[in-house]
Amino acid sequence: MNLQIKQEDQGNTHHLYIAGEVDAYTAPQLREALLPLTGKESHETLVHLGDVNYMDSTGLGVFVGALKSSKEHGSTLKLRGMTSRVQRLFEITGLDEVIDIEDVKGGSK
Amino acid sequence: MINISDFVEMKIPAQAEFVGVARLTVSGIANRMGYSYDEIEDIKIALSEACTNAVNHAYKEDEKGQITIGYGIYEDRLEMMVLDRGQSFDYSKVSEKLGPVDSEKSIDQLSEGGLGLFLIESLMDKVEISGEDGVVVMMTKFLHRDGVEVDASTISSTPK
Repeated sequence: MNLQIKQEDQGNTHHLYIAGEVDAYTAPQLREALLPLTGKESHETLVHLGDVNYMDSTGLGVFVGALKSSKEHGSTLKLRGMTSRVQRLFEITGLDEVIDIEDVKGGSK
Repeated sequence: MINISDFVEMKIPAQAEFVGVARLTVSGIANRMGYSYDEIEDIKIALSEACTNAVNHAYKEDEKGQITIGYGIYEDRLEMMVLDRGQSFDYSKVSEKLGPVDSEKSIDQLSEGGLGLFLIESLMDKVEISGEDGVVVMMTKFLHRDGVEVDASTISSTPK
């Protein structure tokens, strides 16, 4: 029931590697790691979600907030490598239409 | 007529760190009942959303409250009840706003909250919410032991 966040920076590109569960308890941690990055003009943030084994609407809320922040500050937000389970939530809520998502792992089932 | 076979009840503090505890419990119950991996994940999300709502809305910050969760285990379904004793909210008002994100809308209009109830309704077969003395969220997920998905017409005829 924990969340691990690892950050790697390459110039203006930031990689966040997220592992564990994103829920009401851990979402604030993710928000704190993510929002300072999306607040930097013309920087790019890639969030790697391959090791996230649980996410609910609190996690989706963080990414909505981060997307808003990136538009406001002229930065870029990309989500990479999430499992098809997690991707399904973005799909149900229609967020996959507005957030840059690529490299989904696993089939539809 | 199907009789209730088992009932599990638990009380957790209305704090975010305990939502995961409720989630683990329902994962175990759903697993025992024979739900598929994907169904168990859906059940975990729906229960967590209901608990998160209770944590966020039921009590003021300085209040120490509790959430009661009941799991009704039936032959053909799992019923989950989440009760808080806090302030009730106007469900008809909230449900009007439920729905997927409209990509036509500008990003500023996106709401960071409010997706929780929508997810519950999407993932469960039946959802009822009542609020008089606190809020009760009742969620039902049917069990299809033969592994065959019910077709769309069967789902839509489920009494609401």
